[in-house]
Amino acid sequence: MFDDREIGTFVQGTTRYFEVSAQQPASIGSPFLVTHGAPEIADYTGVINITGRRTGLVYFTAPRGMLIVMLMKMNESDVCHDNLCDLVGEIANTISGNARRDFGHDFKISPPSVVAGPNKRVDLPSGCRPFVVPINWRSHSARLVVGLT
Amino acid sequence: MAANAPAPGVPLKLMIVDDSNIIRRRIERCQNVPLLEVVGSAANGVDAIELFMATDPDVVTMDITMPHMDGIECVERLVEIKPDVLILVVSALADKATAVEAMEKGANGFLNKPFTDRQLNDALEELLSRR
Repeated sequence: MFDDREIGTFVQGTTRYFEVSAQQPASIGSPFLVTHGAPEIADYTGVINITGRRTGLVYFTAPRGMLIVMLMKMNESDVCHDNLCDLVGEIANTISGNARRDFGHDFKISPPSVVAGPNKRVDLPSGCRPFVVPINWRSHSARLVVGLT
Repeated sequence: MAANAPAPGVPLKLMIVDDSNIIRRRIERCQNVPLLEVVGSAANGVDAIELFMATDPDVVTMDITMPHMDGIECVERLVEIKPDVLILVVSALADKATAVEAMEKGANGFLNKPFTDRQLNDALEELLSRR
């Protein structure tokens, strides 16, 4: 069962990044629960591991095109692979920072890691039914995935 | 003014410490504080100490979550080396406990990520006003 406050904290951490850094707010699509298997990941994914009162993963996964436009909006002209990894890691870092502020010591949150490239996957805890929140920005769509048990 | 402060009109030296290349470049690009000159940047606490010894900066922007040595420990080490260095912590860790810990180790200001250009410049100006 998901706690609205927990989901709200993760979503707010994500949308805040768009609003402040990319200077254009993102909108939230209709969230859904994945009942079988793991949600697909996009080109670049920033992952935080959570332990403590809840255990699992929260990740932000975005297509390359979205991240390139974000970098450009941030006046960064170098849109190389490393900088795209950096950006998705920073977004995950912001989600993590927000969670630490709101949840305190109830949650132990790891520094973010980045998964990028074809045929990559993010393994969720077994038995976990992840909650997916579409994050829409300009013409692009990313996903925030909360997989906690 | 501190005993070893640069003479009036001489730029103060700024060092940027962050494991994110885009953040380092962003701070370098958008900091627009008169009399502040970037002398170098480092991606972790260990490299930051080496660069600090080599460039003797007056002002440092410091991330917290970094590999090898985190920003809290790095702040403590830099203040041991140069007690009057001004350190602005720039971190996504938005909890009060982290800010308090950084201040206790010797940081002088705290800016949350993500930040706008204006927020960065305001934070640096506020930092320099303490000199």
